[in-house]
Amino acid sequence: MSTNSIKSLIRKNILETPPSGIRKYFDLINEMKDAISLGVGEPDFETPWTIREEGIYSLEKGHTHYSSNAGFIELREEIARYMERRFGLRYDPRDEVLVTVGGSEAIDIAIRTFAGPGDEVIVPEPSFVAYKGCVMFSGAKPVTIELKAKDRFRLKPEQVLDAITERTKAIIIGYPNNPTGATMEYEDYAALVEVLKDRNIAVISDELYAELIYKGKHVSIAQFPEMKHKTIVINGFSKAFAMTGWRIGFACCDAEILNQMKKIHQYAIMCSPTTAQFAAIEALRNGEEEVRRMVEEYNRRRLVMVDGLRKAGLDCFEPLGAFYVFPDISSTGLSSDVFCERLLKEERVLMVPGNAFGTCGEGFVRATYATSIENIREALTRIARFVERVKNT
Amino acid sequence: MTKEMKKELLNILKNNCRLSYEELAVMIGSTAPEVEAAMKELDAAGVIRAYNALIDWEKFDEDYVTAYIEVKVTPQRGQGFDKVAERIYQYPQVKACNLMSGGFDLFVAVEGKTMKEVALFVAEKLAPIESVMSTSTHFVLKRYKENSVIFDRVSKDNREAVVL
Repeated sequence: MSTNSIKSLIRKNILETPPSGIRKYFDLINEMKDAISLGVGEPDFETPWTIREEGIYSLEKGHTHYSSNAGFIELREEIARYMERRFGLRYDPRDEVLVTVGGSEAIDIAIRTFAGPGDEVIVPEPSFVAYKGCVMFSGAKPVTIELKAKDRFRLKPEQVLDAITERTKAIIIGYPNNPTGATMEYEDYAALVEVLKDRNIAVISDELYAELIYKGKHVSIAQFPEMKHKTIVINGFSKAFAMTGWRIGFACCDAEILNQMKKIHQYAIMCSPTTAQFAAIEALRNGEEEVRRMVEEYNRRRLVMVDGLRKAGLDCFEPLGAFYVFPDISSTGLSSDVFCERLLKEERVLMVPGNAFGTCGEGFVRATYATSIENIREALTRIARFVERVKNT
Repeated sequence: MTKEMKKELLNILKNNCRLSYEELAVMIGSTAPEVEAAMKELDAAGVIRAYNALIDWEKFDEDYVTAYIEVKVTPQRGQGFDKVAERIYQYPQVKACNLMSGGFDLFVAVEGKTMKEVALFVAEKLAPIESVMSTSTHFVLKRYKENSVIFDRVSKDNREAVVL
């Protein structure tokens, strides 16, 4: 049997989902010696030692078995306490908290719990690439909303209203946002709640970057009483506690929803890695001081990055969360792709083209400041040189 | 500049004193001339004592030893430990000198090129000081971590170059 016929068996919506368009940057940068990557979407810090140490200790003690499907009850209790302490959200650790394999799994199973063929899921863009991909894999149709720089990439109620049809099952909201660094304030959500509260639409709220906020406090849409029962709050340890490689996150929502999500988790995953679960317990018990230290450091770099990009002649709205800046490069006359490719080839600095996060990201690029200040300083020098050259030719 | 801003400035400088005035200004929400003035003021007030590089001489293949010396002394009437501490810390070989609680009084860090050189310094200079009752010398065999920096490894970024 030829491979062609095997391919014909593969589901259409998988074949039709484009692979991430950044492969060429990998290949280019791997050949370079002194390139600086601002394309990494993860902390440069190592997981704090107290957390790593608990993971190691659990292995030494031979804790190498499955946990319950939802995760160790001790961890779920810590998560429930954390959600209340940090965000004023109360969940019952017994049946309203699910420990997942990173926030990514939670996003996937939340989408699949609500959406399938014939359904629609609203996906504001630019946003984390997995949202649209997971919606497509589910067989549902992603309905995108174009977030605007002039709105500071916040989601507006009228945009949501325009996107809603009778087939809408869920909307995905992701703030603090990857790739823009945008945040939503209480008033922004209040306006959104007006549109959503009386509609039967689930809200999947990806709050992975909730700890990384540089002005004010993180707001969750679940804090609105009329929204809590239909909101799935997704959070995790990757960004806040620098635990990306551990693959551990969680979802919190009403038991009515969670018990259904748990079925997918149970059959597809069984349970999250237990070493990571033990480490996560320690993160919530004793890791918050380290989080604060990292946030302080990110903030200093953030300010230098925004200032440097502006001085280099790029329009850059001030990101108040996550660890990304999303400058507007349209003044250079280059497309996002050409900008990034030339910047890498000519100055050996890697940024990610904004259109990798949705077509409306065209004209922007994403740069992370989760890298050393020395790297940032050198990258800014090179970017400034590049922008000047491009604008003068 | 507010006290809060100065504190943030000090916290930044503590870990990295090679940032420019401009960068420091951006980080704390001030201007370069204001940062420069504040640093001069903190210098003059003795808050900022030095801008040092932390060097791993071993990596530079240079002979270098450090010893920590527990010193027991008899305090002098009216002057406590200050007078004897002063007689000790004036030696350039002495890199640190602190009054301690517990089983001994002064904790003295001495640096030299060889163990013999340091031992001789203790025997000839420290121990004979009048109010010094006893010394106990501990040589550093390996430096694992100093000033929050782990000496045992050189950190390198092994992350994937692009993660969306």
